[in-house]
Amino acid sequence: MSENLPALLIVVPLILAPVAALVGRRDLSWAVAAAACWWAFGAALALLRRVQAEGVIRYELGGWAPPIGIEYRVDLASAFVALIVATIGAVTVVYARTSIAQEITEDRAPLFYAAYILCLTGLMGIAITGDVFNVFVFLEISSLSAYALIALGHDRRALTAAYQYLIMGSVGATFIVIGIGLMYVMTGTLNMVDLAERLPAVADNRTIPVAFAFLTVGVTLKLALFPLHLWLPNAYTYAPSAVTAFMASTATKVSVYLLLRFFFTVFGFDFAWVGMELHRVLMPLSVVAILAMSLVAIYQTNVKRLLAFSSVAQIGYMMLGISFGSVLGVTAGILHLFNHALMKGALFMAMGCVMYRVGSVSTDRMAGLGKAMPWTMAAFVLAGLSLIGVPLTVGFVSKWYLVQAALEQGQWAVAGVVMVGSLMALVYIWKVVEVAYFGEPDPDHELREAPLGLLVPTWILVIASFWFGIDATTTAEVATAAAETLLRGLP
Amino acid sequence: MSGMLGMVNYWAVIVLMMVGFYTLIARGNLVKKLIGLNIFQTAVIMMYVSFGKITGATAPILIQSGDHGGGGAEHVVYSNPIPHVLMLTAIVVGVATLSVGLSLVVRINEAYGTVDEDEINRKDNGL
Amino acid sequence: MVILFTVLLPVLGAFAVLALRSNPNAREVATLVAGGVTFWHVLGLLRMVREGARPALSLLEVVPGVELAFQVEPLGMVFALVASFLWPVTSLYAIGYMRGHHEENQTRFFFFFAIAIAGALGVAFSGNLFTLFVFYEFLTFCTFPLVTHHQTEEAKKSGRIYLGILLTTSVGLQLVAIIWTWVLAGTLDFRDGGILAGTASTAVLAAILVLYVYGVGKAALMPFHRWLPAAMVAPTPVSALLHAVAVVKAGVFTVLKIAVYVFGIDLLQTLPTTDWLAWAAAATIILGSLVAFRKDNLKARLAYSTISQLSYIVLGAMLANELGIIGGGMHIAMHAFGKITLFFAAGAIMVAAHEKEISRMHGLGRTMPITFGAFFVGSLGIIGLPPAGGSWSKWFLGMGTLEAGQVGLLAVLMLSSLLGLYYLLEVPVKAFFFPPPPDSHHADGIKEAPLPSLVAIGVTATATVVLFFWPDLWHELMTMVVAGGGQ
Repeated sequence: MSENLPALLIVVPLILAPVAALVGRRDLSWAVAAAACWWAFGAALALLRRVQAEGVIRYELGGWAPPIGIEYRVDLASAFVALIVATIGAVTVVYARTSIAQEITEDRAPLFYAAYILCLTGLMGIAITGDVFNVFVFLEISSLSAYALIALGHDRRALTAAYQYLIMGSVGATFIVIGIGLMYVMTGTLNMVDLAERLPAVADNRTIPVAFAFLTVGVTLKLALFPLHLWLPNAYTYAPSAVTAFMASTATKVSVYLLLRFFFTVFGFDFAWVGMELHRVLMPLSVVAILAMSLVAIYQTNVKRLLAFSSVAQIGYMMLGISFGSVLGVTAGILHLFNHALMKGALFMAMGCVMYRVGSVSTDRMAGLGKAMPWTMAAFVLAGLSLIGVPLTVGFVSKWYLVQAALEQGQWAVAGVVMVGSLMALVYIWKVVEVAYFGEPDPDHELREAPLGLLVPTWILVIASFWFGIDATTTAEVATAAAETLLRGLP
Repeated sequence: MSGMLGMVNYWAVIVLMMVGFYTLIARGNLVKKLIGLNIFQTAVIMMYVSFGKITGATAPILIQSGDHGGGGAEHVVYSNPIPHVLMLTAIVVGVATLSVGLSLVVRINEAYGTVDEDEINRKDNGL
Repeated sequence: MVILFTVLLPVLGAFAVLALRSNPNAREVATLVAGGVTFWHVLGLLRMVREGARPALSLLEVVPGVELAFQVEPLGMVFALVASFLWPVTSLYAIGYMRGHHEENQTRFFFFFAIAIAGALGVAFSGNLFTLFVFYEFLTFCTFPLVTHHQTEEAKKSGRIYLGILLTTSVGLQLVAIIWTWVLAGTLDFRDGGILAGTASTAVLAAILVLYVYGVGKAALMPFHRWLPAAMVAPTPVSALLHAVAVVKAGVFTVLKIAVYVFGIDLLQTLPTTDWLAWAAAATIILGSLVAFRKDNLKARLAYSTISQLSYIVLGAMLANELGIIGGGMHIAMHAFGKITLFFAAGAIMVAAHEKEISRMHGLGRTMPITFGAFFVGSLGIIGLPPAGGSWSKWFLGMGTLEAGQVGLLAVLMLSSLLGLYYLLEVPVKAFFFPPPPDSHHADGIKEAPLPSLVAIGVTATATVVLFFWPDLWHELMTMVVAGGGQ
């Protein structure tokens, strides 16, 4: 059993997805989804433990040896990312029970849960596979189910948002396939480890930089790096609350992981940074993402949209850390991956609570909510503090490493950008806080606190975002070790 | 010159890819956009199939020596099957993408009464 | 463990306040008891410190190498003593004030008040720069609901300025300086003689010093002073304890602490920016006094006076000699007692006579003699005239400027005292000797402030005078700091 853990992590949810669709009743299908998510959570946790104890796990699917068969290759970075996805998935599925009951009709709920499990499976698959074409397959599994999930939103604009995401996502995925094909034609392998061994020999050939370029553009489209982020704000704004919370904390994060995997493991630091001088592209784009997207966020009146733009800015932080190409920088990137998942998940969940009771997350409808929904808004404020980067929150830990990485390379201006970004986060978070606590509530609407089914998952993430901010040694050590493994290239 | 001609299928791939990409970007009709996307993806499939083709090679089906009486079967050159197999997956993915996309367009048509992008934007902003 | 308990006591008090919200009398008793017990514990720690012990407690490691840790040392003791003594006194005052003024949301008020004191004690007892920063930011956020207590449009605007400036400086400058220090020195501990000496070129260290001094926005060095007048929209007890004592003193305390334990006096003397910052502080002293001079609103005038007085302490730190540090440290205590008396009096006038403008207080002295008498005593403390404690700290600061050979700075101190003489004493003088304005209602039954408030005013005014005769404790603690016994 534990021998086959990497495969079971994927296979069990994959089997449960059609089951959830077929059982036909909302509660039953929820139970199936919850079982799948919690299984994934337990398995991912066990997997991380094992990687920490024994080192890299290599699993040959179906017993076929790597060059022909597909190999799952779980190292610290992949186990960590899989755990993030599974954790958020497990918390969100609890949240979804109440939130989906209101947003989606009874007959569609089983389909929703099936798509949800598929999306989770695809994302975890990307994290643990060691085969580049398999990456594409999992990417499409998660993306296709994500399009469906987003299209389930109440507003009709959810449909156009999903369509837009589908077009851009498919283009991104196709770019990735082209890149993979070009790599294959030069090396004759699809296995990441083999690729890494054979690529240096043919790196002078023009095909490899072209493959690199296609992959970079394809993945950055998926992870919504500015200026390829256009699909994201609408998709996050109009998707059902639970979907937004889940996608915001996982989908783009896994794409960031994929980028790390391609840049460091497959191509290697020497090719990507020294040869292609990737940081010359990534760093300016990240800086612009942080500043421009935070600025755009400040002017939003729809809070979900505001948070979506903030997400694009936060992805800028992760990419900034990675673009340093140093252990500290990549550590900061990986840490922020985890930390941002916690706080953005909490923020979107809090907005889901507001959506549940108020029916809108527009700032002009949120006046006086601090009194009517004290727990929801307190969660929003606390998670917001984390986004700003107040000490003892996870956001601070990310910033601590990011600024260190910048100072280490003498990039004073970039360190300044990180700080300016936090202050802009203060402005857009506080804008909501002021409305909620200083505005006069609408006397016609009697508002109550959100139900426990929504509050408990929200607060789990809020508490986690403090817990891992107060005791960040564990996450920091895992992230540092993962960064070191990535930068060292292959074992 | 022969190099150019020898790569004729790659030229076709590039042309198809650009046709698809252009349609995807330039057309306002959501269905036509999907058609563009599909042409784009098909071009990639053609590219992969071309990768696997080896000049003078036969289909990758194992020919057992002696079965056909004649000698020389030991030196049969097979085309590389892996890209072709990969494309089976890619075709499935392409079909799935297309069907999800088309069903979205159907829903959009129900909700907006149009499948034209500009029209949809006008209706959204007019809300 | 005593340290942790001492820091947590106000938090316990805060939750007791919350639990007893339905019974205002029990709630107030909870605040007072928590205050008393906290002060008692601080006294216990004081005894240990005077005997030479330096109790320390390491709570947990936040990121590898950086701990959340506490340590009690003489400089922190100065700040902790002042804050914990004045908390119960201010609570007493607040009870009279909040009830007399019919303020709403009193439970929330007392709750965040207690939390803020916990933050101040955390700053005082922090064992490294990281912990200091944690509590510094904590203090910023937990005083925000107090500043915006009235939840009006004006409170919202002031709250924006308050958070905006304090966070911009602390995140934008101070945090960068802290991380830079960490990168250079590999530690964030406070050590005698500093941790930065010899880690980088003079130019870099000079730049870090500037980041620190301006990054501590709570020290209100111009041009980052606007938050303090903005915070005056808060109820007067908040202005009195937090914006004359706890929050602002947390700022200058941080500056002193960084000067002594992160840079060290010797290193400071070699940095080119030290002098420059001393003059920036001098400019703030003069400009603050001049602006105070022109304010008719009593609380605004006191706020600018505070800005000016805080820069005395920054100046003391930037003189980079023992006398300056001693003077600066003592001024934390001396100014606290003087200024809190003044704010108490201002609040008492507001409650009893509903007057905020100085020009409308003429003649009030005859109806409120105790209040204005206390105001007079407090003014002496701020100006630095005997028989008030302020004269000692100013004496040491003056000596410090002479030792540093900066006669110009001495002149600044003198000039500022002269200005203070006018803008502070104007209030009681006009109240006692000028006839009331014709349209005033002073005759109709204005009495002194509520009794609890009056008692509090009496206590702080008396303390101001007592400190003139017994300043030994503060001097002893500060001598320990500069003599290298800090850690």
